[in-house]
Amino acid sequence: MTKGTLSRRGLLKAGAVTGAGLALPTIFTSPAAAFTNEPTGDSVTLGFNVPQSGPYADEGADQLRALELVAEHLNGGGDGGMMQTFSSQTLEGNGIMGKRVEFVTGDTATNTDRARASARSMIEKDGAVMITGGSSSGPAVAVQALCQDAGVIFMAGLTHANDTTGKDRRANGFRHFFNSYMSGAALAPILADQYGTDRKAYYLTADYNWGYTTEQAVQEATESKGWETVEKVLTPVGAGDFSSYITPVLQSGADTLVLVHYGGDMVNSLTNAVQFGLREAQANGRDFQIVVPLYSELMARGAGPNIKGIIGSQNWDWKLENQLGAKYTGTNAFVRSFGEKYGFPPSQAAHTVYCQVMLYADAVNRAGSFNPCAVVEALEGFEFDGLGNGPTLYRADDHQCFKDVVVVRGKENPENEFDLVEIIEVTPVEQVTYPHDHPQFAGGELGACNAGA
Amino acid sequence: MDAIILQILNGLDKGSAYALIALGLTLIFGTLGVVNFAHGALFMLGSFCAVTLNRILNLSHEVAVPGETDFLGNPLMREVPYVYEWFGEATGAAIIDWSVPLAILLAIPVMGFIGLAMERGLIKHFYKRPHADQILVTFGLAIVLQEIIKYFYGANPIPTPAPEAFRGSFDFGLLLGFDANTILYPYWRLVYFGFTVFIVAAVFAFLQFTTFGMVVRAGMADRETVGILGINIDRRFTIVFAIAAIVAGLAGVMYTPIISPNYNMGMNFLVLSFVVVVVGGMGSLPGAVLAGFVLGILESFASMPQVLDLLPGLNQIVIYLVAIIILLTRPRGLMGRKGVMEE
Repeated sequence: MTKGTLSRRGLLKAGAVTGAGLALPTIFTSPAAAFTNEPTGDSVTLGFNVPQSGPYADEGADQLRALELVAEHLNGGGDGGMMQTFSSQTLEGNGIMGKRVEFVTGDTATNTDRARASARSMIEKDGAVMITGGSSSGPAVAVQALCQDAGVIFMAGLTHANDTTGKDRRANGFRHFFNSYMSGAALAPILADQYGTDRKAYYLTADYNWGYTTEQAVQEATESKGWETVEKVLTPVGAGDFSSYITPVLQSGADTLVLVHYGGDMVNSLTNAVQFGLREAQANGRDFQIVVPLYSELMARGAGPNIKGIIGSQNWDWKLENQLGAKYTGTNAFVRSFGEKYGFPPSQAAHTVYCQVMLYADAVNRAGSFNPCAVVEALEGFEFDGLGNGPTLYRADDHQCFKDVVVVRGKENPENEFDLVEIIEVTPVEQVTYPHDHPQFAGGELGACNAGA
Repeated sequence: MDAIILQILNGLDKGSAYALIALGLTLIFGTLGVVNFAHGALFMLGSFCAVTLNRILNLSHEVAVPGETDFLGNPLMREVPYVYEWFGEATGAAIIDWSVPLAILLAIPVMGFIGLAMERGLIKHFYKRPHADQILVTFGLAIVLQEIIKYFYGANPIPTPAPEAFRGSFDFGLLLGFDANTILYPYWRLVYFGFTVFIVAAVFAFLQFTTFGMVVRAGMADRETVGILGINIDRRFTIVFAIAAIVAGLAGVMYTPIISPNYNMGMNFLVLSFVVVVVGGMGSLPGAVLAGFVLGILESFASMPQVLDLLPGLNQIVIYLVAIIILLTRPRGLMGRKGVMEE
């Protein structure tokens, strides 16, 4: 009788032979993927990574509605939306390159770690070939870097900080939404025109990256028009009650308050400012004014009547085509599709992600490949129209879209809960265009595209 | 000087909310020995009582507006609240305008019921468990309550204004001999401070001058002896939990015009309120109120640009800094009693 023993060397040999045996079929049968998550079947999977929980969950929900709508349109459902008005006519309602569009959703929770984990899961487990969505710059920058490393395309959602296409730009990332610099450049001439060129401004700024870049952009732009900056105060995110930051404003000698806040903070700080009588106050012999550089329809709804008369900027507005004509064609087509499906007009957050998916789909069709590097090439320097913003350029140098910027004011007598802002002017793209190496965007390099695999 | 007065007023206002939440927390801790991390959620639920009543009063039916169209080109429908039809437009509008103060009447039974249900349904099973278990279960409950509210009301803040009569500002400057418009303070914030003083006084009077309060205080001091005397102290403590929930809820109701309610608002107050309880002294009701106002005022002063120019970032750490200093010098807090949380 012999006693069976297994030596270390024997175990290694057995393991190697077994491993080779198991791997053999795939070595000979699977073609090596040319890039990450190359679609091989009759469908392609896109990753919709939006905030479904956390403070921007409502904005995320609106993005998700638009993303479901664009997938439906790409697959030939509904009325086609902006596919009918898009200047590039490669999309025919048969998916992308003939492959049916499927999607998976994730929750960024407006948290950098959660957003990355969710995007990673969509790429690694679900095989997403492109990630889009999001409502904040922190998660956008993080997910963009992840997509760059993973070798998939990132079509950013609502992200306004300069850094997304500035110091943190990546070759695999593209931004349709406008940025802090553009807000400053669009607002400054209108603010000077409406309120004068010798205003004294007081800034309350959210203490994180988006706050810093927006404060800098608005400050530089308004100072170039003759404004003076009296004070800049950083406020903690989620401060709740901003009264202790608001009350020193009137005693500072300032006659204008710039609220560089977004989301709930904007709603609360603006509400507090109105409660403390800043809207009715007089300073330096004139009416005190409040400016909110970045507007959002959902925030305007949260602020209620306090938003009346407050000037800010937007990437897009659902009334653009009706009020300013055919230059903004696509707007009504999108509003009709969205409105008939959901019963209310879309937000700019919904619009930007809808455009991003359509732009991605078109780029793939034009490139004839899902390879991220081919998509990058197709999108770089791409000029298009018919997506609601007028003629637009996806600049090759930084992957930022250049288009007109909408300047709005809180409406005095809204007719319904969606009619909260009025368009006071559209700043032409020439006025908001900057060199890609502008100091506010310095320190970043696109690098080379990464196809992964 | 005017800036200092304004920050004191701000501090009293912030301190009012801290004090009311901390008062409820201390009541629960002092009676039941439970560290209730769902207390911020009770504050939030109170504010949503105001939102709910506002929505109920605004329930409307649609009436077509001749000659006007909506964003899709369909006939424009205008909503007319039922209260306009039932009470006439002027009275109906006044009822809607006063929805926040009226919500107090709704919040008292609702929050009392929620408090009883929480205590009987969940918390009582954790009396003899370690504080870590209590914190975990109540924190989990807070998240569940938040998500329920988010499901029904969304994540966006919901504006719920104060009655028209309280929307202006009071000119303290004129009262104190300063120029006009130098010290303006919103009427509603003054109402909130007055309301806090009233609630705190009512809770103290209830505990001090009623038989029920006397038994509760005796139970807080020595639960076992009170039980031996044949008094069902557990039942009274259950009622105290409901009272604490009502206090937190009322604090939330009256806070809605100051900050538009959202599902997460309780969390912003929860951590600070715990610091207030610890600084005031665990189990000390006067300590909780005192610490609430002291920390509120300090936080306001730390937000002044003159202070931030000297010490950037102080506004974000001042409460914790003060808590460290007080706990190092007075380990039981400002008015803590010997023996509480020391076994």
